[in-house]
Formats: sequence, C-alpha cells, structure tokens
Amino acid sequence: MSSKPRKFKGGVHPNDSKALSETKPVQEAPLLEKYTLIVTQNIGAPPELVVQKGDTVKKGALLAKAGGFVSVPLHSPTSGTVTAVDKCPGPAGVRVPAIEITADEEDEWGSPFEPIADWQNADPDMLRQRVADAGIVGMGGAGFPAHVKLTPPPDKPIDTLLLNGAECEPYLTADHRLMVEQAEDIVRGAAILKRVFGLETAIIGVEDNKPDAIAKLKEIAEPYGIQVQNLRVNYPQGAERQLIYALTGREVPIGGLPMDVGCAVQNVASAAAVTEAVIKGRPSIERIVTVTGEPLVEPGNWRFRIGTPVSKAIELAGGVTVQPAKLLLGGPMMGIAQKSLDVTIMKNTSGILLIPTEQVSQYSSEPCIRCGRCVECCPMRILPATISQAVENERFDLAEELNVLACIECGSCSYVCPSHRPLNQHFKRAKAEIAAKRQKG
Amino acid sequence: MTIILTALLFAAVLGAVLALVIGAAAKAFAVETDARLETVTDMLPGVNCGGCGYAGCADFAKAVVEGRTVPSQCPVCMTADIDRISEYLGITAGKKEKVLAVVRCCGSIPVTVRSPYNGIGDCRSAVLVAGGAKGCDYGCIGFGSCAHACPFDAIEIRDGLAVVHPDLCTGCGKCVETCPKKLIVLAPAAVDVHVYCNSPEKGALKRKVCKTACIACRKCVKAADSEDQMMIKGFLVETNYSNPPLPDLVEKTGCPTRALRLASEHAAGVYEGVSK
Repeated sequence: MSSKPRKFKGGVHPNDSKALSETKPVQEAPLLEKYTLIVTQNIGAPPELVVQKGDTVKKGALLAKAGGFVSVPLHSPTSGTVTAVDKCPGPAGVRVPAIEITADEEDEWGSPFEPIADWQNADPDMLRQRVADAGIVGMGGAGFPAHVKLTPPPDKPIDTLLLNGAECEPYLTADHRLMVEQAEDIVRGAAILKRVFGLETAIIGVEDNKPDAIAKLKEIAEPYGIQVQNLRVNYPQGAERQLIYALTGREVPIGGLPMDVGCAVQNVASAAAVTEAVIKGRPSIERIVTVTGEPLVEPGNWRFRIGTPVSKAIELAGGVTVQPAKLLLGGPMMGIAQKSLDVTIMKNTSGILLIPTEQVSQYSSEPCIRCGRCVECCPMRILPATISQAVENERFDLAEELNVLACIECGSCSYVCPSHRPLNQHFKRAKAEIAAKRQKG
Repeated sequence: MTIILTALLFAAVLGAVLALVIGAAAKAFAVETDARLETVTDMLPGVNCGGCGYAGCADFAKAVVEGRTVPSQCPVCMTADIDRISEYLGITAGKKEKVLAVVRCCGSIPVTVRSPYNGIGDCRSAVLVAGGAKGCDYGCIGFGSCAHACPFDAIEIRDGLAVVHPDLCTGCGKCVETCPKKLIVLAPAAVDVHVYCNSPEKGALKRKVCKTACIACRKCVKAADSEDQMMIKGFLVETNYSNPPLPDLVEKTGCPTRALRLASEHAAGVYEGVSK
C-alpha cells in the first residue's frame, strides 16, 4: 500500500486543539471508594443483572450477563461490595439503571476466564467467544458490541479488516496516546482479530497529525503482517463509512453495514481491549479518556475504570480556572452535552471536554442562504439544507425521502453553516420522529 | 360592420348552446348529497382540531349524519350546540364528559434547577439534548410545543412552564400528543384538584431539582374526605378522577410543596411566588 495519504469526499477542518493533551502520557487514575456503573453501556439489548445489593465481588467479576446476542456483559471495576442497585444520571440526560460498587481497597482480581496463552493456534470460535465474554464494545464512541462485528453471516464474507486510529474528533488524544504507548497491544489485538476472520492482513488507518503513532505502529506491525496507512487530516475520517472509503475505496450502501462490502472495522482501543481479554484474560473494565478543554488547569489522558464519575476526572485534571459553559462526553463535534457531574465514564467514553463560554455559539436559526457549503462538506452526500427546511415544516416524510436516516450526525454541516442553522439537531429530530412513527406502525 | 355583427351573433349562439349542454350535464350527472350535511357542518365549531378523531369538522359532520358517531364526540362544542345538532337531526346526543388538559408539572423557572440550552426552541427538539435542559427529567421544559399545537390558544407559557387556561381549553387532546414528556392528561372538567408533578423519583431527589415537586408526604391523602380520593403511586400522589376530592382539599391539606393545586387558581397565577 502506498504511503500517499488518503481521504474521503467532503468533510471539514476544525481547529483540532489536540496540543492541550497530545503529549501528556497516560496516567493511572487512583482507586476510588465508589464506582457507579451504568448497566447498559452498549448499543443493543440491556444486560441482565446477576448480582444483588450486598453481594461481594472481585475485580473483573461478572455483574450482568449479556441480554441477547447484540449485548455485552458487564464486569466489576474493582473488588468490593455491591452497595446499591438504583439509577444514576445517564449520558443522554435521563436517569438510567446503575450498580454502585464500594471498593474494599484490596483491588483483587477475580476474572471469570483464563488467558489464552497459545492464541496464535487457538480456534477462531474460541477467540470470538472470548471477545463476547469480555464485554468489549466499540470504544470509539458508538458502543456497538465488538463480537457482533466478528460474526458476519455466511453470505457476507469479510475480506478486509480495518483498525480505526483516525481519531478525527478535535481535542481527543486518548487513541493517540494508546497508539504511542501500547502499540504492541493494538497490533497483537489486530493479529487476534485477523485470526478470527482467517485473514492474512489488516490495515490500521491513522491520520497524518499523529506521526509518532504512525512511526511506532509501523515498526511493530510489520512482523505481524499488518499494514499502517496514513490518512489526510479530515473530519469525520474516523466515521466507519468514511474510513472504509478512504482505505479501500468501497462505499457502504445506505442502510447497509460494513460487512456488505466485505469490511470489518474495529477501533484501536477495542483492539487493545481484545489483547487484554485474550492474552491477559481480563474483561473490559477500564479505558483511556482524554480530560481536556481550555478551562481545565491540567488537561491530560488518564486510564479510568468504568463507573468513575466525571466530577472525579475533572478533579484529577486540576479543576477549572474559569466556569465552563458546557460539559461534553466525547469531542466537540459529536460529543453529548451533559447536565450533571455525576454521570460516569462508560466503555465508549473517549473524552470529557469542558468548553469555555466564548467558544459556545448561539444558534440563531437564520434563514438558509443556499450557499451549499453544507452540501459540499456532507460526508454522506445528502442535502442538509433541503432536509432542514423539510424538518422545520415538520415534513418528516419528505426528510425521510431525502435520506435523513443516512445522516451520521457528524455535525460538519452545522459547523460550516454561515447562517448558524442548527442542522444537526434538525436531523436528530427527524430521526426521532421517523423512529417513533415506525414504532407506532 | 357585418363582421362585428357576425361575431356577436356567433358568440351569442355558442353561449346559448354551451349553456344548454352544461345545464343538461348538471341534471344528468348530479351527485346526490345530504342537504343536512352542510347545516351540521355550519353548526360545528369549524376549527378542524381533530379532537373527535375525524379529519376535520366536515368529516365529523358526515359521520354524524350517517350515524357513525354521536354529536357529543365533538370535544369543542358547547352543550347547547350539541343539543341543537341532535335536535336538528332528531337523534340522541350521546353522553360525553367534558374534559380539560392538565399539564402535570408546576416547576417554573424560579423554582427549578436548569442548565443553559442554546439550541432549537421547541420541546421535541430540545429533549434530544440531554433530555431537556431541566434538572428534573420528567417535568415541563417550557418551549411551548403544546401551546403551539393548541388550536384554541388555551396554553400559556409562563416562566418556562405550560399553564392551561380551563376557560379556553376544550379538551381536544392536541397537546397530549405533542408533549414529548407525556406530561399532559385529559381530566374531567368537573374536577379542580390536581397534583402538578409527574416525577416518579424519590422525594429527596426531586426536591434537589424542584421546589414544587410532590414528595408523597401523604398530607393530602389524610386530609381527604375518604382514603381513596388521592392515590399514592410510588413516590407520587394522583387525584382519583373516578372519586374526586372537593376543591377545599387544597386549603385543608396545606401542601408543603404546593404541588397540590386547583386548576383554576393555577391558571390565574395564585400560587406564584408562594412556594416554600
């Protein structure tokens, strides 16, 4: 594969502000007294609890088993006691079921499975089962159960395995640090995933703004027969469809999945979690999170256990110098606004971002001037301006005809709109209304 | 001169022939309509609110004339109008209790915890961002989607809270469908006592984010004339609309959070600035 950087059609170039944290090595977050784990950390069916209030659990012990095929189990981030099975603020703003674990400070492992030492020769089904048992989800943000992507139907064979190290979201550097510091884990994870699919090769895609990560990965990946491809900096390069197009030139059909074009995509952090699960025999209970934003005293990257409250993460980053205007889980483009500091870190939380007042734009919803910039930048090649007008007139049928459901909510259109129209929110509304209508039947 | 006369004559003859053709066609292809249909449509309010379940007033009138429904199914008509229609058609009006919309929340801006929100000013869009920028996940977020949907201007947004004016509300139910928080219920118009809270959370949690939440202290349950006039559902009290309490219950109870209110006084703004 050539080293000429690749990209998809469209996209935007926001100021990436990664300098705040990209050189900060990952630090271990100290053990907390209490962890509040949101039960459903994945897309799909909610897991079923297997513990009750008062149970003692070891670190890594099963707390909830998968509630179906598209679901993942949940494991304890430390050893201690289950002190509450209640609700806590969820990332979407409403309160969701949660388990509270009070740590006993022993932090003693009690993993439900053993390491698979001879993974090079292990049965692919066994490896696949291990990924499912370890509760690994897409750690880039979507939270889609990893094992589901490893189980394509027989009529859709996978011929290309892609690893997503694009990290195109501004501010976020968690994957960057992971690629620099744990390149070996990522590459071995990729090798395991390769074995699951029975493939000879895999491609790791990394954006050009992370040269140290590219160099490090290239050095380690070669003996494993894994390629590292640099990508031209362009948002949203890390979106699954855009990454597939940039790396293979294939286009995933609207409403289709990567498996429809023979591709499987995993985030680099998920690949590292696969290594943990298979080689070290440990379930997915921690992740690297970038805690960043101008208001913070000491932005950086930390390895947090799932269930750590956001307030503790902000404390670790030295607190704030000025009152921030917004708290987002994720990056500034796709991150979700929060209204409580009690929301806790989940398996798919890649960043905690505080935004100062002067950077928050007021949506004015002025009329569209038909400049077409949103159309030019839309990575899904739909017509944001036309759709937003349909939504403003509550013509959700028209929006559906114009393929609003293909929108990946990357926010590029809202970013470039000179009339500051809240395009992305219009599309979210349209999707919600269409989903509600379909449910009604 | 001859040309003009010829043209006039031709136009006159053509006009006469076409008039005959049209007149004959009108007779031959006449569509029989029920004469009563127009009269009944005129008697209806004509706001096309859809509260009856039909596509507008004309459609409802057709259903009434054809006997598929009864006049009282119109939620907007006054009793006198319904009687007039049934008298005209010589049918029974049917029975339907007058209902009014109740927004089960009294958490206006001064009494609740809120986050700043700068997106689209419409409830159905606002709930997509952190479930609405209100501390309480179950309360009115006050962007007025219901007020916008109301064909009778019966809902007022006062201090970030939707307030129903009972004298204007017809109980058509348009607002009920619109509210993304499912806050609005249709309650019998004869009942004036309602609990203006919708949060099923524990009392302490509710009080953290709202000063006027129902904390299920049971004061109203005890003050009521009989036990089942106010029903406890989890951490929330509800009026039992099949055995409603009398309006004096509000005064007798002295609700500590003022979540128990009279709909009429709530609309008049009596409770503003008096919450503890």
